[in-house]
Amino acid sequence: MPFSQRLPRLLSVNTLLWVLAFLTVSTLMLPLLYLVIRGWDSRATLLEVLARPSSLFTLWRTISLTVAVTAASTAIAVPLAWFTLRCDIPLRKLWIILTPMPLVIPSYIGAYLYVSALGPYGLLQKSLEQAFGLERLPSIYGFWGATVTLTLLSYPYTLLAIRGTLLRLDPAQEEAARSLGSDAWSSFWRVTWPLLRPSLGVGGLLVALYALRDFGAVAIMRYDTFTSVIYNQYSSFNRSQASILALVLVVLTLFFIFIEAKTHRKADFFQNEGGGARQPQLIDLGIWRWPASLFCGAVITAALLLPAAVLGYWLVRGLLAQEAISPLWSLTWNSVQASGMAMLFTVVFALPIAILAVRQKNWLSHLFERLTYSAYALPGVVVALALIFFGINYIPWFYQTLAMLVLGYVILFLPQAVGTIRSTLLQIHPNLEDAARNLQSSPGQVICRITLPLLRPGIVSGGILVFLSAMKELPATLLLSPLGYQTLATSVWSSVIEAYFAAAAAPALLIMLTSSLPLALLLFFEHRKLSK
Amino acid sequence: MIRKFSTLLAGISILAIAGCNTAPPASNETGSADNAAATAPVATEKTDTLVVYSGRSDKLVDPLIKKFEKEKGIKVTVKYGSTPEIAATILEEGEKSPADVFFAQDPGGLGAIAKAGLLAPLSDETLEKVQPQFRADDKQWVGVAGRTRVVAYNTDKIKPESLPADIADFTKPEWKGRIGWAPANASFHAMVTAMRIEWGEERTLNWVKGIHANKPVVYKRNGPAVEGVANGEVDVAFVNNYYLYRYLKEHGEKFKARNHFLTGGGPGSMLMVAGAGHLKNGKNTANAQTFIDYLVSKDAQEYFTKETSEYPVVDGVAPPKGAPTLDKLNIAKINLSDLSDVEGTTKLLQKAGVIE
Repeated sequence: MPFSQRLPRLLSVNTLLWVLAFLTVSTLMLPLLYLVIRGWDSRATLLEVLARPSSLFTLWRTISLTVAVTAASTAIAVPLAWFTLRCDIPLRKLWIILTPMPLVIPSYIGAYLYVSALGPYGLLQKSLEQAFGLERLPSIYGFWGATVTLTLLSYPYTLLAIRGTLLRLDPAQEEAARSLGSDAWSSFWRVTWPLLRPSLGVGGLLVALYALRDFGAVAIMRYDTFTSVIYNQYSSFNRSQASILALVLVVLTLFFIFIEAKTHRKADFFQNEGGGARQPQLIDLGIWRWPASLFCGAVITAALLLPAAVLGYWLVRGLLAQEAISPLWSLTWNSVQASGMAMLFTVVFALPIAILAVRQKNWLSHLFERLTYSAYALPGVVVALALIFFGINYIPWFYQTLAMLVLGYVILFLPQAVGTIRSTLLQIHPNLEDAARNLQSSPGQVICRITLPLLRPGIVSGGILVFLSAMKELPATLLLSPLGYQTLATSVWSSVIEAYFAAAAAPALLIMLTSSLPLALLLFFEHRKLSK
Repeated sequence: MIRKFSTLLAGISILAIAGCNTAPPASNETGSADNAAATAPVATEKTDTLVVYSGRSDKLVDPLIKKFEKEKGIKVTVKYGSTPEIAATILEEGEKSPADVFFAQDPGGLGAIAKAGLLAPLSDETLEKVQPQFRADDKQWVGVAGRTRVVAYNTDKIKPESLPADIADFTKPEWKGRIGWAPANASFHAMVTAMRIEWGEERTLNWVKGIHANKPVVYKRNGPAVEGVANGEVDVAFVNNYYLYRYLKEHGEKFKARNHFLTGGGPGSMLMVAGAGHLKNGKNTANAQTFIDYLVSKDAQEYFTKETSEYPVVDGVAPPKGAPTLDKLNIAKINLSDLSDVEGTTKLLQKAGVIE
């Protein structure tokens, strides 16, 4: 007898989902509660700060950067996904694996690498000076530098979201359009593009909030956004003012969440056939397959190869200068351990919210799903201080344990898992679950035997997104980890902040390597499954 | 396979519910086990332990801690972060903070903690080991290593003799487009705080506005500013003395930046200190004392001068290689405790439109 049938009303699966979702969302509200408590004393200064022309200007700069990065990421990610998954282009398999890889580069190191390579007096200029006597390159700082850097670092969020949709999409629709005489171009615009809308929304939102909360890249690119203002308040030891300003960031987040909600309000996106995951007939682009492949190669070169090459150069230069590079095994293990646990628990907490949001559409499930994003744009330091406040005062036995660090990661990165799982679920036809129910399966059995297995691609890629983000996260790791617990990210920080670049190169490369491994495996297996 | 996977997930969910909204117990068990493993000696030998919160990165602190552990037989666990982050952490933790010692990069962080009443006064015995100008006069903390503000210059573009001896002169129009600075950086804030004390608010504001009018290149931190000088992006930059030596070590003598010490007196060559304070609610009082005493011992002081190119705070230890002695620098006597008014400085810089 299945477990859930023996306890019919008392603990139905449905109640269980709602309770879990409620508890998760309440936990996610802790940072906001903290900000209100901490910022209360400075509430009077809020208007004063917001009325300053310079603050409004910063607000404008922040919004324009966020919009530009989101638009540019979409513009890169859509063709990348379509070329690599639907078209017969040279080196397609290589591009499938490499195009999402920039996700493994932390922004605080990525921006440094761009400046050091392409800055007015960077490595490129040095080599050009030797060859042609060029004295300086145009400045890459400011709006454009920040936009390009953040776009190259964050377009994979959109790419992976679209990819998840394209892989689950029955290619029959597109093939039908083409057999009815549409060319590749118009079949894309008329059939594929509308189906991509929800994933573009999810990916775009992740990118937008990434840009909103980023501090590392914008600081190095000398483009002050709202996070810089918050950090300046912490630097003058004014936590209260910092908190009230962080609440403004939350309001901005809600604004972007509202916009995203517009992308998936109207339609159902599931397919009538259950499966759909098969290798599509690849479109022959003719002569255009060469520029298409070149485009993939160019993006990879700019977003992945260039940063990796500069890191390699730093490492070699440091080794030649005999800089001491300490063994990093335990740091690597710590990073993998904390990020691995973050991945596991984030997925577990994301599932109820995502399932309810799609399968039991009502205002509450919708609210829960939207609320998961509310803390997502907060800089790590804010979430960390909130957990410190609640941790030490209310659950001291929990304070400075690894569990607390993992909880911090869960709060920071839950939306990545919720978004990915939700958009996968949107494509699974509820008929499948209904059929199982008609065959006398209990709700628990339906979830375990039908929903979860079908959701697996979404669960795995959501989990990996969280893993990568946790590997890169800096301030939350510094402040929340157990005493004496150091990771690759903290090691990069301690070297970079004191200008020991060679010493930073080794752990930075290790972050990238350890993160690319699960990502590459995921992409490889998904691809192989389809090819069968 | 699918079945196993589902059972696993279901199992985890149930564990998670049991853990309520605080944390899943599964993670907590692993957490505390690992934590215990990482800090095992702390749990067993209570009297031989010490918890240090460091606002200075482990690259600079760790070798010294290792030496201390070896010599004194005290096991030290350290939490690292930037000084503002660590100070905010201690302020959130309040009287429950597990920290025994706060090792801060600048007086601002220590001042904020002292203001919250979280530090215990240091003994006169400890304070008297260091030169008077490095003590906080309320005895709440003590300086352990000094650094000076300098002007880094590009060796191709500038002859050191042509550089002004006073930082006030950089507001002249001839410096337009040639200066680099890091106005959001804590060391810069300390210098501006010193200016406010020595020059008064108005003259300081005018100086900041004057430099701002010269369209300086804005750097995030001192390190990149020194780099900017070396590669010719700017001719000069207002930085701290010790960054240069790290670049020289990595890039060799061909690195095109050098330090110019402002010998004309005034806040331009002010001395800044990293300091340490003893948290009054820490559990290891005696060990905290031992540690702070160790930081001002001859051994530790020689470590700072040699390894981090900082000035010693005690008599009888030579300044770092290539740096003039303090008396040659003609440094203004500024009360270090007064430097903790970072908030006033932030307001002034905001007013000048230099930071948000």
